[in-house]
Amino acid sequence: MSATTANERLAGQWRFAPVHSAAEFAVKYVVAKFRGRFGELDASLEDGVLSGSAKVASVSVKDENLYPHLQSPDFFDAEQYPEITFRSTNIDIQGDRVELDGELTLKGNTRPIHASGTVEGPVEDAMGNTRLGFTLETKIDRTEFGINWNAPLPKGGPSLSDEVVLTVELEFHKVS
Amino acid sequence: MHILAISGSLRQGSYNTALLRAAADLLPPGVTVTFYDHLEEVPAFNEDRVTDRPEPVDRLWDAVAEADGILISTPEYNSSIPGVLKNALDWLSRPLIESPLRNKPAAVIGASTSMFGAVWSQAETRKVLGAIGGRVLDRELPVPSAEEQFDEAGKLVEKELEQELGSIVQALVEAIEARAAAMARR
Repeated sequence: MSATTANERLAGQWRFAPVHSAAEFAVKYVVAKFRGRFGELDASLEDGVLSGSAKVASVSVKDENLYPHLQSPDFFDAEQYPEITFRSTNIDIQGDRVELDGELTLKGNTRPIHASGTVEGPVEDAMGNTRLGFTLETKIDRTEFGINWNAPLPKGGPSLSDEVVLTVELEFHKVS
Repeated sequence: MHILAISGSLRQGSYNTALLRAAADLLPPGVTVTFYDHLEEVPAFNEDRVTDRPEPVDRLWDAVAEADGILISTPEYNSSIPGVLKNALDWLSRPLIESPLRNKPAAVIGASTSMFGAVWSQAETRKVLGAIGGRVLDRELPVPSAEEQFDEAGKLVEKELEQELGSIVQALVEAIEARAAAMARR
């Protein structure tokens, strides 16, 4: 397989395509994964640097009373920290595999993270657009970002895991 | 700046109400305090009535909504929150998305005649306030053996307790200021 550098595939300016993108979290609660999805996303890809943000208020969960609790200081504290942001510091691409280093800012705390995943494209679509897609996943310790809420189980142990899996699907269209 | 002080004890000679008065004396100039003394009028929580709240609940709701911060002093009954206080917080929590406690800076202190100073009740109250969405200070003030802690003027006898109380109310004031500053930046 011919090696393609990240710089070659990601070079130039790319426009974010939010309709074809998603950002989700999953965290174990007692026995099963609890999931939430952020509806309002923004991202940019410019000269090999990937940046993104998600509006905390746009998170959707399956319980009307859970939503305000997630927005509260116990969790994301949306009033003080309305956005989650990310910026890459290094992207390494081998074939369709991506290894990405960057900084995630959540609840006002910035920590380095490493994400792995795949990249598709660049591919030209029927309209002549050049598309590029990422699927990335990382695991974070939410307590490192100041999200410490928990409730002990009756026989001991936490009900909510500290480990949270973040996944994003990001699509970009080439601008120049 | 305006703080609403809520005592979890209805008793006329309540040590927790006395603790709130002592706290009010330690607030910086310019901070006003209202002592909410109508908890006894709040009926038992009934979720059927959250969209048609009884009048005493409306008054409580408005008092919380108008305050910049909340200071609760709670006794401890049977190792937990007094029913009258939990009942009021339950009313204030529904509909949760509209709760006037959401993002509201709040501090919890407490006194009891036991040797533990309502420490579990304070922890429970902080947990409940957090679940409702309050901006709850991670501080506590257990005042044990409450019958021995106040002088005739209602001041705390132990200077260390008074200093800690002053530190907590100052932290509440700072949390209110920080929230206001954050809102102004948006």
